[in-house]
Amino acid sequence: MRGERCRSEDFQHKLQLFSAVHLQNMSSPPSPSPSRWFRALRRTRLGEPCLKTYPLECVDVLKRARVAFRARRTLKEGFRLAQLEAVVQMLEEHECDFVDALGRDLHKPRFETVVSELILVKNEALHAVNNLKRWMQPQHVERNLSTSLDECLVVSEPLGVVLIVGTWCSPVQMCLVPLVGAIAAGNCAIISPSECTAHTAELLHRLIPFYLDNECFHVIIAGSNDLPEVVELKFDHVFFTGNGEEGSRIAQAAARTLTPVTLILGGKNPCYVDQQCDVATAAQRVAWARFHNAGQSLAAPGYILCHADVKARLVQALKCCLLQFYGSDPRESRSYGRMVNPELFNRTRDMLWRSGKVTVGGQVIEAEKYIAPTILTEVAEQDPIMQQDFFGPVLPVLTVKDVDEAIDFINKQEKPLCVYAYSSNSKVISRLMTETSSGSFCANDSVVQSLMVALPFGGVGASGMGSYHGRHSFDAFSHRKSCLLRSTRFECVTYLRYPPYEDRNLSLMTWASTLSQKSQGWCQIL
Amino acid sequence: MVKDNEERILIALHKDLAKPKFEAVLSEVDIVINELYYAIDNLSSWLKPEYVSKNLATKLDDCFVQRQPLGVVLIIGPWNYPLQLLLIPLVAAIAAGNCVLIKPSEVSAATDSLIAELIPKYLSQDCYAVVHGGAEETKALLQNRFDHIFYTGSQTVARSIMQAASIHLTPVTLELGGKCPCIIYGKIDITAAARRIAWAKFFNAGQSCVAPDYVLCSPANRDALLPELRKVLENFYGKDPQTCPDFSRIVSPRHWTRLMELLGKSSGKVVLGGESSQEDKYIAPTVLVDVAEDDALMQEEIFGPILPILTIESLEKGIELINRKEKPLALYAFSDESSVVNTVLQNTSSGGFCSNDGIIHMTLPSLPFGGVGASGWGSYHGRWGFEAFSHRRAVMLRGWALERLNGLRYPPYSEDKLSWLRWTHLLGSRYSSRKACSSRLHLRPH
Repeated sequence: MRGERCRSEDFQHKLQLFSAVHLQNMSSPPSPSPSRWFRALRRTRLGEPCLKTYPLECVDVLKRARVAFRARRTLKEGFRLAQLEAVVQMLEEHECDFVDALGRDLHKPRFETVVSELILVKNEALHAVNNLKRWMQPQHVERNLSTSLDECLVVSEPLGVVLIVGTWCSPVQMCLVPLVGAIAAGNCAIISPSECTAHTAELLHRLIPFYLDNECFHVIIAGSNDLPEVVELKFDHVFFTGNGEEGSRIAQAAARTLTPVTLILGGKNPCYVDQQCDVATAAQRVAWARFHNAGQSLAAPGYILCHADVKARLVQALKCCLLQFYGSDPRESRSYGRMVNPELFNRTRDMLWRSGKVTVGGQVIEAEKYIAPTILTEVAEQDPIMQQDFFGPVLPVLTVKDVDEAIDFINKQEKPLCVYAYSSNSKVISRLMTETSSGSFCANDSVVQSLMVALPFGGVGASGMGSYHGRHSFDAFSHRKSCLLRSTRFECVTYLRYPPYEDRNLSLMTWASTLSQKSQGWCQIL
Repeated sequence: MVKDNEERILIALHKDLAKPKFEAVLSEVDIVINELYYAIDNLSSWLKPEYVSKNLATKLDDCFVQRQPLGVVLIIGPWNYPLQLLLIPLVAAIAAGNCVLIKPSEVSAATDSLIAELIPKYLSQDCYAVVHGGAEETKALLQNRFDHIFYTGSQTVARSIMQAASIHLTPVTLELGGKCPCIIYGKIDITAAARRIAWAKFFNAGQSCVAPDYVLCSPANRDALLPELRKVLENFYGKDPQTCPDFSRIVSPRHWTRLMELLGKSSGKVVLGGESSQEDKYIAPTVLVDVAEDDALMQEEIFGPILPILTIESLEKGIELINRKEKPLALYAFSDESSVVNTVLQNTSSGGFCSNDGIIHMTLPSLPFGGVGASGWGSYHGRWGFEAFSHRRAVMLRGWALERLNGLRYPPYSEDKLSWLRWTHLLGSRYSSRKACSSRLHLRPH
């Protein structure tokens, strides 16, 4: 502990020295100059590793963002609207570039990129544009007897400079949807896309300076090991999407600087399939949810719990769906993705080989980071795949005797991001909804509840804290300041509270309190 | 519990802080009872699921937000309003359906033992418990995993609490203090302002997290303010506040020493008060002038009956001074000109804001009470407290119908399907192309 503290103090001192020298040497902030653009472009085309931003450079970037925020540029409604529309324009004009980058990083089919990354972000941005005026309005609140002559309102203020850390499974969406919220709320933002999806990170790093204000919004590419150091540079809010282990490190770094955080952490999302349900449709929906983006999705069903009677039918139906979706050899299918990097590939493959029995799929090709859509049966609770978090196109199926056992099983695990229930019996759905807790819940479908702009998307317990999407993004990046605007007149009411204290004044105030307790429940004469 | 034991509560509070009965009833007892009635009356509407607007694809589904309790929460209370700042979060936590562990402050010892005695008598012992102890015991307590931690107190302790919480990924609500500035500018009824500022500052001997910490005003206003303050303080507490039963004391010798040291190190000039007595833990209501920005009194939250007055040349300079400091829990602006109030409101940030009065913005349950930046985060009171201790779970209940529409999203992917999906998206978003064209003129960055 002590050694660590010394190191960070030493580091801070060095940072300050370096940034002072660095600032002296800089006459003006770097603009997206053509040569820099071409260098980045060449690197992307040749598939070289992208330029990494070290914590030292982040100091400078953070300083510029703070200066820009203090200049109050981001507060005007017109500015926020222009930036949001710029995001939409960037996605529309560079659709091909995004499809290309995600294709290289994740072998993501064009369809998935356009639908789940680009259209999704555009939806959020347009929703924000349409509703910004209303969100920015102060909210008048109910007054009591003593404040009936005052103005009581809640005003939404931006927090300042926020850090948004994206993850690799949906790199564009995970960076830009929070960015939309941050812009709408009037903050400056520094985005850190995941270095695992190098081409997408590079693309964002290259494009954003052309579309968004250069002083207010920056893109840095920090390694996951450097992130805690970056967080300790002190932001006004940190928004992190990723896995539990990294989330904990970020939370601890934020605690050291008293920085509020929003964490969206992945986990294993249980999916209960009841005996009474339309197995064919359920299989289609589950298969799509689990295997799109080669299983690399935070909201995908992590494992299935079903009765032994349903299992055989469900597995057969899933097999048919997979055939229908990806053909007899998914490797040849243009609709199927790949694992993001060799480490993740190895991890998923090991878990696959050491858990349960492969009933469908199971083929792996290391050179292509390809894992076939796989279904495992005879999986035990102690198997590696049930003990650790994983992202990949593998779906374990566990059997339970009934709904009670399923609910007990779900509640024994950490609270997940989502709980899914497939049943035609509304009582079963109701039980699963009320007797379990999770970030969100969806009956008879999966993942779609996270795509709705009006519903908050976030975790609880081990799956994170805070939520976003739509208005909730705006709220996540705002401070709700309570304001009471009084005048100096009407001392005839307030005089009761001043010393010298008299019992009769107190009785009068207490009596006035009880007057409205039954109807409104509260009243304070002060 | 509160109603039955009011007498005992008042005695305990008097023992800890020499709190006058009036202040105790108003700020500890009544406020809690009001909060309770508010929660009882509104609970059923808070618990109702909140239906949201749906898009084209989800028109036949049920989409709503359900509130769930978080689980077991820990509430750590401070010593300055030992009952209120412990029980109001407790009301919110109970309303949200959680089990609660309460840790009152050991500094307000009499109230601590009273709460420990009363809570098990009135509330279910399985769900609610009181824990005692100082720093060591709290550290040990924090090694356990909670589902939420609610802390009111200082920044230093908050940091260690948050670090302990972050290991378990426990969310926290922090209600921390700060130096709450009080800026007086422009046309102002100086008598009324003096009365309100004096009341807010010296209530509970200045030991309130939202008490005006320092005053910023022009030299002219200061000269008008001082005689008014003198008159008001004499009206409130008489010529010798030490003999007046309406003025509280400092909570402990350690805190008294801290305040006296600050006063000693300050280079300001004492114009009112300044008397003190160590045995009685008494410090007179004190006002200082000629205080500079780098004075000892301006470096940390005062939390006592000492009011420094700083002079500013203009409103802008005052706002700049405020913005150079950390964001406070509350900010006060005294002016009869609404333009001045609005300028301060829009150019500064704080947990809460009140014009032409102090403290009372936190007594309205419909307003969220909380900090921002260094003064904490999260908020409570009324419905906001209920939300602080709840989890908002998104729920979507679908049926089996419309599978053909769903079919658009399944592989094998094709350009046809993509066009259909784009078309439905265009239909769904109500963004007009006319608006798009006109605003795109300003899009290129500079």
